[in-house]
Amino acid sequence: MIATLVVLALIFGQLSLLAFGGGNTILPEMQRQVVDVHHWMPASEFSALFALAQAAPGPNMMIVTLIGWHVAGWSGMLVTSLAKFGPSSLVTVAALHAWDRFKDRPWRAIAQKGLAPVTAGLVAASAVLIAQASDTTWLAWNITGVCAALAFTTRIHPLWLLGVGSLIGLVGLGFF
Amino acid sequence: MPSCGEIFKGFLGLGLTSFGGALPLVRRTVVERHRWLSGTEFTDLLGLCQFLPGGNVINLSVAIGMRFRGWRGALAGILGLIAGPSLVVIALGVLYEHTQNDPRVQHLFAGLAAAAAGLLIAMAAKMLLPLRRDPLAAGIAALGFIAIAVLRAPLLPTMLVLTPLSIALASLHARRAGARR
Repeated sequence: MIATLVVLALIFGQLSLLAFGGGNTILPEMQRQVVDVHHWMPASEFSALFALAQAAPGPNMMIVTLIGWHVAGWSGMLVTSLAKFGPSSLVTVAALHAWDRFKDRPWRAIAQKGLAPVTAGLVAASAVLIAQASDTTWLAWNITGVCAALAFTTRIHPLWLLGVGSLIGLVGLGFF
Repeated sequence: MPSCGEIFKGFLGLGLTSFGGALPLVRRTVVERHRWLSGTEFTDLLGLCQFLPGGNVINLSVAIGMRFRGWRGALAGILGLIAGPSLVVIALGVLYEHTQNDPRVQHLFAGLAAAAAGLLIAMAAKMLLPLRRDPLAAGIAALGFIAIAVLRAPLLPTMLVLTPLSIALASLHARRAGARR
């Protein structure tokens, strides 16, 4: 049990410091560690937990909390939350002081410009891996495709898309 | 200047009411409703939080708390933000585990997961779109995609190679643009 908690702390502590561009960039590594390396759950369950976290309110990394709880109960939840949110928060505190001093230095804009394509590539990888793990039927692929198109071209609130997607799954997946 | 209790309550409300990502609501809460920051201060602080590792709203809760009330404020901000959603998400997790053998529940969650994947694809498309006029940046994004999604490479070495490369290219580009001017 203690060993599991230590492994959770190491994995999520590392992910915390690598999450440039937000949580979605680290989803593939999280999936790799949780599913492929440690076999805590199959890929389909990882996707289900991701979907649950998306349906809940709050910042989009609540899947971390769910994984910790799923793997090792309340202590797992506490350890993963602390490991995921602690290190990046300490970096924020440290950077807050430096930020005002270096405000107008040109390297800041260059570093930001250099990070953007890395982030975009990682989020695209997340999207494909999550879709592959979630969509095992043609109806599910269609839900994904239509939701992606609607979210890309319109300003419909994401919660509507999640709600309608669930309903279509409930009604349709029993027949197809 | 808000107290620690006010910071906690402000972010608690934000955490519990923001569905589908908290960012759109943060500005309304921090700038318009509580007037903790001016619009420019908010944009500047958000710029820092996007630049650093971690979720930008989570970093923002730490930064705002820290700016007003030091360590205790930072703790009040982040705890307020994640306390509510943590309990909600675990309640959903319990519900899921107890009902997951019911085929109707399985279908419901399969539909939910498919829709959530669609939202993620749309987000990726929106991030990739601005790169289409910059072949070098598009190449970096493609390399990152191939390493993670196709080769299933670990994240740490991928980022240790790609990030310095991408920043060096951006810097070279900026220097050339400067020389031309």
